[in-house]
Amino acid sequence: MSRTVPFAIALAALAAIPLFGPPDYVLHLLITATLTAIAGTGWAMMGRFGLVSFGHGAFFGAGAYTMALLWNHLGVSPWLGIPAGIIVAVCAGVMLGWPCFRLRVVGHYFALVTLAAGEIVRLLVTALREETGGSLGMTPNRVPLEHGFWAMQFGKAGFWWLVLGCWVVALLVWWALDRSMASKALAAIAEDEDAAASIGIRVTREKLKVTVLSVALAALAGALTAQYRMYLSPESVSGLGVSLQIVFGAIAGGMYAPLGPTIGAVLTIGLDESLRVFFGTEMTGAAPFFYGILLVLFMLFLPRGIAGLLERKVR
Amino acid sequence: MDPFLLEALLNGVLLGGVFALPALGLNLVFGVVDVVWLCYAELVMVGMYTVWFLYTQAGWPLVLACAACLPLVACLGLALHWLVVRPLLTAPPINQVLATGGVLFVLQGAATLVFKTDFRSLGVDMPPMELGEVFISGTKLIAFVAALVGAGCLWAFLKFTYVGTAIRAIARDREVMPLMGVDPRRIYLIASGVGGTLAGLAACLLVVQLDVHPFVGLSFGPITFMICVMGGLGNMLGGFIAAFMMGMIISIGGFYGSTEMSYVIAFGCFILMMFIRPQGLFAR
Repeated sequence: MSRTVPFAIALAALAAIPLFGPPDYVLHLLITATLTAIAGTGWAMMGRFGLVSFGHGAFFGAGAYTMALLWNHLGVSPWLGIPAGIIVAVCAGVMLGWPCFRLRVVGHYFALVTLAAGEIVRLLVTALREETGGSLGMTPNRVPLEHGFWAMQFGKAGFWWLVLGCWVVALLVWWALDRSMASKALAAIAEDEDAAASIGIRVTREKLKVTVLSVALAALAGALTAQYRMYLSPESVSGLGVSLQIVFGAIAGGMYAPLGPTIGAVLTIGLDESLRVFFGTEMTGAAPFFYGILLVLFMLFLPRGIAGLLERKVR
Repeated sequence: MDPFLLEALLNGVLLGGVFALPALGLNLVFGVVDVVWLCYAELVMVGMYTVWFLYTQAGWPLVLACAACLPLVACLGLALHWLVVRPLLTAPPINQVLATGGVLFVLQGAATLVFKTDFRSLGVDMPPMELGEVFISGTKLIAFVAALVGAGCLWAFLKFTYVGTAIRAIARDREVMPLMGVDPRRIYLIASGVGGTLAGLAACLLVVQLDVHPFVGLSFGPITFMICVMGGLGNMLGGFIAAFMMGMIISIGGFYGSTEMSYVIAFGCFILMMFIRPQGLFAR
């Protein structure tokens, strides 16, 4: 309870930001960071239980493309398209996850299977170029401003509230999971699968539960990102590059704390932008270069991320 | 038989030869050190840039440029092991994989910073060879033969030298070998060096067929991981056969459909195989 009040106040303050008429750039940064945070939160739900996925780009992209294709070809509103995208991604996640968990594909091997799945989605999107525009990408059809709400095309303030709401949902999901028996079961599974199974934990079912939640959040973030940018291409919403970016945010912030991925997202976007501001567009390679170094350093010296460091300080 | 199909088949074999080398190197490192080098294809990319730079910019002869590429990438492999992998040997697998994923970003970013995102071509080409009704690219054939020779050398090294025996033994059982007087740290370092050398060799063979750009690793990296696991860890012959299978799937799939779809089929086969035979196709 003691945490709810400060959190509510902070949330109200965040929600009030557009009322003060900040520059578009600030809102843009906030929206981008929050979108990254949603995807990272989703990833960390699996990651912290040892289910390392390099395929979250696949689900990110599945959500984005389902929504965009439904809108462009059938005129289905993104308000329905995003849930549809989430359903598609969750189905894909279950189709991939169920046999993996059932047949005990774990550790490195699980990571490689998810990596292959991510590549499949990226390649499928490229191959179906008649519908998706291939590697050139696609833009959701624009509508006149007065129909903007139905098409989920509105100004930055509207998007900020939408994205903020989704972020709160992601945190609530994390919180609910944390308080449930499932998280205890998953912690036991991460520790020792055989031992967990021997005390009656249904390994496959518990893993599937967390996979569904994690995938759904990734798909949500993917669809919102595409809708916000009004552009999606196989490389920008799917594949190993996107997967690793999601992972980086979650790791840097700390995947064991609910706000960790959010801290990581703010750090990632902040790093991105400051590199862009300091070096200009000439130095396009600088951002991945510094990400990489930071990722290695985090793994070597701070595997629990910044949130882990803060927790240690508090205690 | 349709000469085009025959050509696709032959190209599949040649493609397999190209996949085989990096897959063998990765296999060696994964099997011995038990760490996936997520950045393996990026090591190859560095090697490709080295050859390209020495040949086209510094004006070295191609053979010399390739010869310089091998030790350089080998040192990169050693550095990767020493600086990143070694401190994480006892860490959970996730941390190891993510750290090498970080190196992937570093190498890609560095390549972008230094060479920009342009596609660089070596500009070496040989006339296609005619075999009956079928044409084969000469560069591909040479690369294939070189891959065979490289794999043969690796096999001989593992089979007939003391260090090679130790490497194979440690891949079998990493608890017992230290008791037999083998220092695993040394073996890990050697395996990483050999893995790096193979990446360098793969770079020399790839640079004559592909244009180099900072993201070239992403185009053949994932398939290399798949081949490495499909062949079975520590199983050199299995790795080679898996490479040919993947090469065939991609080449024939590309013949009947599109290249992307053939890769989709290849990755799909890998996922299915992980469900059916996770220990590799040719595990004992």
